[in-house]
Amino acid sequence: MKTAEAAPVTNATSSELEVRIRKRYPSPAGSFLLNVHLRALAGFTILFGASGAGKTTLLDCIAGLSTPDEGRIAIGGDAIYDSEGKVNQASWKRRIGYVLQDLALFPHLTALENVEYGLQQLPAEERHARSREMLKAFRVDHLADRPPAQISGGERQRVALARALVTEPRVLLLDEPLVALDRPTRSLIIADLRRWNQGYRIPILFVTHSVEEAFALGAEVVVLEAGKIVAQGQPQDVMLAPQLETVAQLAGFENIFDGIVTGVHAERGTMTCRIGKKLDIETPLVRGESGATLRVGIRAGDILLATEAPRGLSARNVLPGTIRRLGEMAGIVSVFVDCGVTFEVHLTIAAREALALAAGKNVWVVIKTHSCHLLRT
Amino acid sequence: MNWEAFWLTLRLAAIVSSILLAVGVPIAYWVTYSRWRWKFLVEAAVALPIILPPTVLGFYVLLALGSRSPIGRWWESMTGHTLAFTFEGLVIGSLLYSLPFAVQPFAASFGAVDTKLLHASATLGHSPLRTFQRVVIPLSKAGLVTGFTLSFAHTLGEFGVVLMVGGNIPGVTRTISIDIYDRVQEANYASANTTSLLLLGISFVLLSIVYGLNRRPWVAGPWK
Repeated sequence: MKTAEAAPVTNATSSELEVRIRKRYPSPAGSFLLNVHLRALAGFTILFGASGAGKTTLLDCIAGLSTPDEGRIAIGGDAIYDSEGKVNQASWKRRIGYVLQDLALFPHLTALENVEYGLQQLPAEERHARSREMLKAFRVDHLADRPPAQISGGERQRVALARALVTEPRVLLLDEPLVALDRPTRSLIIADLRRWNQGYRIPILFVTHSVEEAFALGAEVVVLEAGKIVAQGQPQDVMLAPQLETVAQLAGFENIFDGIVTGVHAERGTMTCRIGKKLDIETPLVRGESGATLRVGIRAGDILLATEAPRGLSARNVLPGTIRRLGEMAGIVSVFVDCGVTFEVHLTIAAREALALAAGKNVWVVIKTHSCHLLRT
Repeated sequence: MNWEAFWLTLRLAAIVSSILLAVGVPIAYWVTYSRWRWKFLVEAAVALPIILPPTVLGFYVLLALGSRSPIGRWWESMTGHTLAFTFEGLVIGSLLYSLPFAVQPFAASFGAVDTKLLHASATLGHSPLRTFQRVVIPLSKAGLVTGFTLSFAHTLGEFGVVLMVGGNIPGVTRTISIDIYDRVQEANYASANTTSLLLLGISFVLLSIVYGLNRRPWVAGPWK
């Protein structure tokens, strides 16, 4: 293998991963049931879900680090686990690459030795050559002789990927491997991973919380909620028209309210929804009738704040309120405004300074009709 | 200063701690990774010598090695002499006496290796045994040295078990701690003091090595 692109091409149909498992296990909220049926073809499949949805347990079962109660896991038709056929291959015989969020690089080995680790069956020379090539493909060959402790976060991530991929696994499992990285580093690594995957066609199960990542990968999305798959499809279908609360929260709806339809204005393409006790807002029209219950999701970044009553605005929802508190994280200011219900609004630090926002100040909350997303309850 | 007793003691400690390194590692492996529900009983048995009076341990070892026990009879049929009151008998008694001082540091350091590293090794195609050799052992160096050193130092200073199992035969079973006792009995305080001081010095140096080694955690990575 000369470069990552020149890796042997495996037949796409023969590398399909099929998982159909049930596993009950204790959790802080009592007992938890993971019940999943999922097929992943060569290429990326994104596994989306809140923490505690069972994503890691699912990956552990596939990797053989955890045993399901029943079901079947097969790669290209070969069962690696089958409760009926009494098959349960040991994890070290499964040839499944697994990269965890905290990487688990061996601290006593250099980057090169880490990558070589999975090639024990090869003669030293070939082991060496292949590992070097893989480090090069992931642009970290200059760090070959350093121990993990002396390598930066993004580069460690690359070493961990190289270590998993050099073994030519039949399936690759990535458990939020890029979550700790900044955006540019993340998209560069994804590009490299994609390039590698074009040459080496295996299923890649990619766990993420980031919508951005899901779109960047542009692959099939599987949404896991409380141990079950609740949605599956292309990212634009699953993410942009969210129907499920998990998706909504993950897609960044900081504001989610239960509402009742109080008026339908078919001619204008809008409806009036009452959220909270007596707050009416205008939303886009969906098939609904007066009295129907639904849920409204609004992204905190889609809401504007004004310190004086705004006039001549196109936005239909202009609601007076009072700031209850402010928070700040990673350069984003969160303002919580009580308008009868409490809205979370995201602003820049500069905006907070310019408007002299402080708790107790009276403000107006401005929300466009089409920033109100209606979710199924 | 009784150099014969000194070298005999060093030889005993070196043999015992070396055997314990070989025997203690598999025991510690089992203690660390076994999921057997009665494992705690084995752990308690291994730890017994820490609190048991050496005379009690020595008494039972003596009975076990004597010509009335199966072990003693078997040894006698093989070698033509009994185990009790021999250097070999002393080695066996000391092995039991110092066992926890080797096994406990070993097991503690094995257990401190992050499970994620073991999982990573498995998904990279290594069997549990290979993982143990290539990940757990290298990351447990400090624990291995600690266990070896502690069992060595502990054997150097043993008294009760030696007296019960080995008696006090010059050149065969007379160790320095017994030599010190004899000197005091003879009221030869100067000689007792020289030997005691030497033992004190050696023990301090050995313990300094142990604590010096464990001062810097070798196991933890910065991302842990």
